[in-house]
Amino acid sequence: MLEVRDLHAYYGKSHILQGVDMHIDAGEVVSLLGRNGVGRSTTVKAIMGEVPPQGSIWFKGADIAGLPSYRIAHLGLGYVPEHRDIFPGLTVRQNLMLGIKDPRRAGKWRLEDMLEMFPNLAARADTAAGVLSGGEKQMLTICRTLMGDPELVMIDEPTEGLAPLIVQQVGDLIAEIARRGVAILLVEQKLSIAMRISHRLYVMGHGRIVFEGTPAELKANAAVRQEWLEV
Amino acid sequence: MLELIVISTLNGVLFGMLLFLMASGLTVIFSMLGVLNFAHASFYMLGAFFGFQISRWFGFWPALLIAPLLAGAIGAGVERYGLRRVHKNGHVAELLFTFGLAFAIEEIVQIIWGKSPVDFRVPPLLDFPAFTIFSTNYPAYKIFMLLVSVAIFAALLITLKKTRIGLIVQAALTHPHMVGHLGHNVGRIFMLVFGVGTALAAVAGVIAGPALVTQSNMAGLLGPILFVVVVVGGLGSLPGAFVASLLIGLVQTFAVSINGSLSEAFGPLSPAYATTWLADIWNVTVAQIAPIMPYVLLVLILIFRPMGLLGTRDT
Repeated sequence: MLEVRDLHAYYGKSHILQGVDMHIDAGEVVSLLGRNGVGRSTTVKAIMGEVPPQGSIWFKGADIAGLPSYRIAHLGLGYVPEHRDIFPGLTVRQNLMLGIKDPRRAGKWRLEDMLEMFPNLAARADTAAGVLSGGEKQMLTICRTLMGDPELVMIDEPTEGLAPLIVQQVGDLIAEIARRGVAILLVEQKLSIAMRISHRLYVMGHGRIVFEGTPAELKANAAVRQEWLEV
Repeated sequence: MLELIVISTLNGVLFGMLLFLMASGLTVIFSMLGVLNFAHASFYMLGAFFGFQISRWFGFWPALLIAPLLAGAIGAGVERYGLRRVHKNGHVAELLFTFGLAFAIEEIVQIIWGKSPVDFRVPPLLDFPAFTIFSTNYPAYKIFMLLVSVAIFAALLITLKKTRIGLIVQAALTHPHMVGHLGHNVGRIFMLVFGVGTALAAVAGVIAGPALVTQSNMAGLLGPILFVVVVVGGLGSLPGAFVASLLIGLVQTFAVSINGSLSEAFGPLSPAYATTWLADIWNVTVAQIAPIMPYVLLVLILIFRPMGLLGTRDT
C-alpha cells in the first residue's frame, strides 16, 4: 500500500534521511522506532510533503513524492502530527467536522461514534478545543484525522508527555483503528505499545532503517535493542 | 451641542464601518499570510474608479456589484501569480512586492483617469435627505452606506462562524499545515481570502466614492489610517479591527467638529498666555489637530499595549 524507496531529506544542509526503505501493506500495523533525532518524524513529514522528499514514495500505485499535502490526504493517507495541532478557537465538534474531506460522502467513522467512544470529548463537544487536557487533545487529533476516512494513518508520537492511564487509552484507540481495518504507521519511543499492537517494526538509526522484523524477533535481538533503542 | 453629538456619532460610526470593511480584509490576510498588504487601500481606490466607470456605462447598481467582483478577481490573481511566487523569498520580499504594487496601481489609475477628481455622483434614487434632525438634513446616501456596511459585516460574521468554508479559514489562521494534512487545499483558501478581502475593500470604495472624493491619491490618504486601525485593534484580530475602526471613526469625526482650543477652555483664567510665544499652541483648535489624532493613538498603543486592543501577539 505504501512503498518508500531510498528516501532522502534535508534540513538546510544537514542530511537527515539517508536512504529510508520501508513498506506497509493494507490493514497492517507497523511501528517506526528509534531514539530522538534519528529521523522518524522527518520520515513521515517527508511522506506528507511537509519536508521536501527525494526518492520514491508510492501510495496505492500513485507516486506521491512531493505532492501538496492536501492531494496526498485525498488519496487516503492520514497524518496525525506530534504537536497535536488542534484548532484552539474552534469547538471539539468543529475540529472533528474539519477532518471530513468531502461532506457529501459518509465514511466509516461518524461523528456520533467518536463522541460515544470518548465520553470526555462528548461532554465538551461544544467548548473551545484549546481548553482540553493533553490527553484529550491527542484523542481529538487522532479522531479528527479518522473523520477523513484514511486507509493508512501515520501517527507521530501519540503518547509523548501523557500520563500512564492516558497512554493506555491511546493504545486502545490505536488498536481499535487497526481492528476496523485501517493500516497504521506508528512513530513511537515507548516500546511497550509498539510491541503490543504492531505486526511489524522498523528501527531507525542515523537516518536509515537498521532493523526490520516482528515484535518477537525484536524481543529476541538484544543487540539491536541495546545499540539503537535503549538509553 | 446635542445636534453636534448626534450628527458626529452618525458620521463617526459610518466612517468607522467603512474603515472596518477594509481593515477586516487586511487583518485576516495578515493572519493567514503573515504579511501586511501595503496595497490594500489601492483595492479600495480601484473599487471607487471601477465603480465610477461602470456607473457611467450601466448605472450605479450594476457598478456596486461588478466593481468589487472585478477588484476581487484582480486581488485573487495578485495572490495566485504574485504573492505566492514571491513568498518563497521570505517576508521582506512579500512586503516590498505589495509596496510596489500600491505604487503601480496608483500610476495606472492616473494614466487611465488622470490626477484630478472624477465626477462620481450619488445615484439620483438616493439623492435626498433621509431625515432632518435639529437643522441638519442627513443625506439618505449616508444611511445607505451605513446599511451596506452593516449588512456586509453581518454576512462576513455568519460566513466565518457558521459555514464550513468559514471554519476552514479560521483553522488555517492558526495551523495552515494541519489544514492541508486534513485534505483541504490551503492555497485555494489563501487565494479566496485574498480575493474576498480585496473585494470588500472595493465595496468600500464604490460606496465611499460618491460621498468622498474619487481621486488617484485616495489610497495614499486612507492607507495609513488603515494600518493604524489594524495595529490599534491588534494584528490579526477581527473583533479588534471592528472596535478600532469604530474608535478611529468616532475620534476623527468628533475631533473635526469640535472647535474648542486651550485658550477657549482656560483663557479666562490666565489671559496673559495669549500674548506669549505659547500663543500658537494656546490657540490651536481640536479640529486643526484632528488629522494627527489617529497617529497619536497609534504611538500610545505601541508604547503601552503593543499587541493592540484585542490582539494576542506583539506587533
